[in-house]
Amino acid sequence: MDFTSFLSYCLAGISVGSIYALIAIGYTMVYGILRLINFAHGDVFMMSAYFMIFAMGVMPWYLSMIVVIIATIVLGVLIEKAAYKPLRTAPRMSIMISAIGVSYFLQNFATYLFSALPKAYPSIPVLNKTIKFGEVSTSLVTFITPILTIIAVFILMFIIKKTKVGMAMRAVSKDFETAQLMGIKINDVISITFVIGCFLAALGSILYFTPRPSVYPLVGSLPGLKCFIAAVFGGIGSIPGAVVGGFLIGLSETFIKAAGYSEFSDVFTFIILVIVLMFRPTGLFGEKMSEKV
Amino acid sequence: MKKISILLVLVMVFSIFAVGCGGGGGEDTDVVAGIDVEGTTIKIGVFEPTTGENGGGGIQEVLGIRYANSLYPTVDINGTTYDIQLVEVDNQSDKTAAVTAAQSLVSQGVVTVLGSYGSGVSIAAGPTFAEAGVPAIGCSCTNPQVTLGNDFYFRACFLDPFQGTVMANYAIDAGYTKAAVISQNGDDYSTGLAGFFKQAYTDLGGEIVADETYQTNESDFNAILTTVKASGAEVIFVPSSIATATLILPQITANGIDAQVLASDTWENAAIISEDAVGAVFSTFFDEKDESNAIAKEFVDGFKVFLNSDAQYLTWNAGTDTVAAVSALGYDTYMAAYHALEALDGTDIEVVNSVAIRDALVNVQFDGVTGAIAFDENGDAIKDTAYLKTVTEDSVATKEFSFVKTQSVAEL
Repeated sequence: MDFTSFLSYCLAGISVGSIYALIAIGYTMVYGILRLINFAHGDVFMMSAYFMIFAMGVMPWYLSMIVVIIATIVLGVLIEKAAYKPLRTAPRMSIMISAIGVSYFLQNFATYLFSALPKAYPSIPVLNKTIKFGEVSTSLVTFITPILTIIAVFILMFIIKKTKVGMAMRAVSKDFETAQLMGIKINDVISITFVIGCFLAALGSILYFTPRPSVYPLVGSLPGLKCFIAAVFGGIGSIPGAVVGGFLIGLSETFIKAAGYSEFSDVFTFIILVIVLMFRPTGLFGEKMSEKV
Repeated sequence: MKKISILLVLVMVFSIFAVGCGGGGGEDTDVVAGIDVEGTTIKIGVFEPTTGENGGGGIQEVLGIRYANSLYPTVDINGTTYDIQLVEVDNQSDKTAAVTAAQSLVSQGVVTVLGSYGSGVSIAAGPTFAEAGVPAIGCSCTNPQVTLGNDFYFRACFLDPFQGTVMANYAIDAGYTKAAVISQNGDDYSTGLAGFFKQAYTDLGGEIVADETYQTNESDFNAILTTVKASGAEVIFVPSSIATATLILPQITANGIDAQVLASDTWENAAIISEDAVGAVFSTFFDEKDESNAIAKEFVDGFKVFLNSDAQYLTWNAGTDTVAAVSALGYDTYMAAYHALEALDGTDIEVVNSVAIRDALVNVQFDGVTGAIAFDENGDAIKDTAYLKTVTEDSVATKEFSFVKTQSVAEL
């Protein structure tokens, strides 16, 4: 493997990894606040791609992006209000099953509306430009994806660490009921969590589908699962953990394919999940679990 | 106790043998009763993927079959006029779903099956049709395994050993000596064709410098394309589904690879045409602009009218009224079944039976849209011509492929 190929592999791995990171943040934040693994998140990501197809049909790409991001956020918040809020006092298992139900609903609803045949994702000419660094050639979108991800993560960390909303979110994630007693409007905090998660999923969707322009109703399920693994790998509930987990999964996947074992790339990702759950269930950056008596 | 268990194991082993032999005997045509036609409606099953990764091509074959059915909706056998009814099922481009779909056709009492697009699903469903005694006629399943050892599977197209050889010859003739092959893991069509290409290419003196595979539903090819680029390949052979083609082509451009892209019959779908596809060459079964065949010309004109009669048909045909080779094959398979039914007229059968149709198919000979069709001892149509087509700058605007040349076995 010469140096140019190595750089190419790294770039591809980091690029796909940063998209995993964006979606993994959505999993990890919802888990942090609600203790819920939102299995519908991968399908929100898929719906976002369909929104883009229809938005690009009537307006230019920069307007479409805004519309798509707003539409995805609305969808995410609606799902929360309809499927999760009524179950807030129910056992945690019920709400997780509800999430699985939403996931199947979205997949089948998309099949009904848009048919199961793959649709072409619209091409955004600016993002699809080929750029070259010496011998390494890639599309602009592959290159800017990690940069955008890192910027998004920094803004997110700022919101969580320095703003009042962020403080409320941290308080809710520490203790749901006490936070409520202290006057935090718990429903607003949860809505904001879904807004942020869906914003990142919409951004991830644009960055993911631009270089892979094919959308079908089940397209979100495998990336969704991988991002969930990334979140678990990094330590579910931890945002830096989700980012690092996303990057590591993306890189490992790319290098396994590079070594000529593409049939094992997905297998390996799932083996990571098993190993993490067996030996370090809290993940790389997870909080130490302390049993409350 | 130990002795008894050993004895038990031996008995089990022998019983497996016995069942195995029994199963082998079951394929014999004398034993299979087949399915009788009830009333005056002959049901013909359409076994095609209309969803999944091959859904785009499958639906084009269904269109060809429906068009043929609209032209020839009835058949007269021994004084009775039978209506021919199409029973369509979706095999979902999936080997497991394919078997279920095949069983559903058999239980609905179809006496002939047309399809499928995609070799994997046809191979998977083959035994189901053979056990029920229902003949199946494949449209564009090119893998040899489809008909091999199955007396009830026929097909209307050429085979992968032929197609792989044609593409390997094209690459060598064009002066490319280093080839990369990218195929889909676990897909009979893709891996089979890749294998035949590799064999023919190395026999002709070329060198395979990269042999890469990808997973079903893969969307990220950057890693394997980096490997291909580093290998210095001058030509890349990608036998893949349409869905994969639309994903891999832009990534080939983005990775700065300027090698010649070669592909196979699946690529003949307007959905793959884009700036990134310009220059790609593939082989196919049929060319709509070929004026030498009068039957083909009549079919092309009629089929265009048929497509334009319904907006939904045009959408299914990737938004154009260009006639795909797979639609032509769909038409030809229907006609093969139709000619077999006609051949039953005047024979001494009391009731139309699926095994009788199979026996008639063996001797069917007619001039089809994709050339003269007759089946050899394996049930494969005897075909010796492939049409090579390419994507040009003009194609991007017109959404039509441009014809390169025909290649037959005799020239090889």
